[in-house]
Amino acid sequence: MNLAIVFPPIDEILRWKPLFGDGTFAFNKIALIAFFAAFATLALFYVAGRKPKLVPTGVQNLAEMSIDFIQDGIIAQTMGTKKDDLKWTSYLTMLFFFLLFCNVTGILPFIQMPATARMGIPAMLAIVSWLLFIFMGFKKNGIGYIKAAVVPPQVPFALLFLVVPIEIISTFLVRPFSLAVRLFANMLAGHLLLVTFSVMGHGLLFAETAKVFFIPMTILPLILFVAITLFEVLVVFLQAYIFTILTAVYLGGAMHPEH
Amino acid sequence: MSILAQAAEPLTSPEFKTAMSAVGAGFAYGLAAIGPGVGIGIVVGNAVQAMARQPEAAGLVRTTMFLGIAFTEALALIGFVVFILLKFA
Repeated sequence: MNLAIVFPPIDEILRWKPLFGDGTFAFNKIALIAFFAAFATLALFYVAGRKPKLVPTGVQNLAEMSIDFIQDGIIAQTMGTKKDDLKWTSYLTMLFFFLLFCNVTGILPFIQMPATARMGIPAMLAIVSWLLFIFMGFKKNGIGYIKAAVVPPQVPFALLFLVVPIEIISTFLVRPFSLAVRLFANMLAGHLLLVTFSVMGHGLLFAETAKVFFIPMTILPLILFVAITLFEVLVVFLQAYIFTILTAVYLGGAMHPEH
Repeated sequence: MSILAQAAEPLTSPEFKTAMSAVGAGFAYGLAAIGPGVGIGIVVGNAVQAMARQPEAAGLVRTTMFLGIAFTEALALIGFVVFILLKFA
């Protein structure tokens, strides 16, 4: 009698067979979701801005609310309210919605695979954020950005030997890494939880022995599956928000290092 | 010397490696979750206190709270990644 539930190998959970193409440029489910996310973002704002009305309704309302949210909730609180800062609204809005659509496929029934649970998309976006904030730092402050970034104000001279290496590591090495790993690990953890309860439910529903006893018990993992899906709704929004706001914080810190 | 050779031999067996990485994976995630658990508790607790004292600053406090949570949580997530690496890779 085999009661133990066999957890499938990680490759079966995360590695998708290519739909077409092979090797590095194979086009699999993850790439399809990424394209879907890009087109969904584009479609949302295209439909919203096609016939702008003075009193917004429907999709236009949603788009205006989200832009207000990015401007008031993210940019104003982390970068500032000058014209230079508000210029970043378009990039950050795009980033937020792309990540949201990439994440939300993790909880859509029958798709249930967040594109961000593979390292590719988070790593790429983290590298873009990293390059952007370093570029903006040098553009706004010239070569003095290095000093502003690695030498915190009002630190005694003797302590600088300790503080400067730490600041260099934390600003230029750890930031992109932690930005990517935070998003990736959150989505992967949620996906694995959902997989765990699906496997449990499958194991109980297709039990080979004591069917009368095991099949009704399928309801237990099912309840937890639904509960975790509801929790994932929160995580999906929160992770897109955190990635966006951290990008804004890094950009703000690079553009106005005096704060 | 032959006793040492006998003791050293099973350490390289694949079963031993799998068992030790399973044990290590459990410890990696368990220990990595302690600190951030306490940390997020402190962050959110103090944020709630600040919001209760100054409700007009709630927006700013909430933004800062999420930033604090994100930085604290990163440690637990690195522990989770180590768990995945030890368990599956």
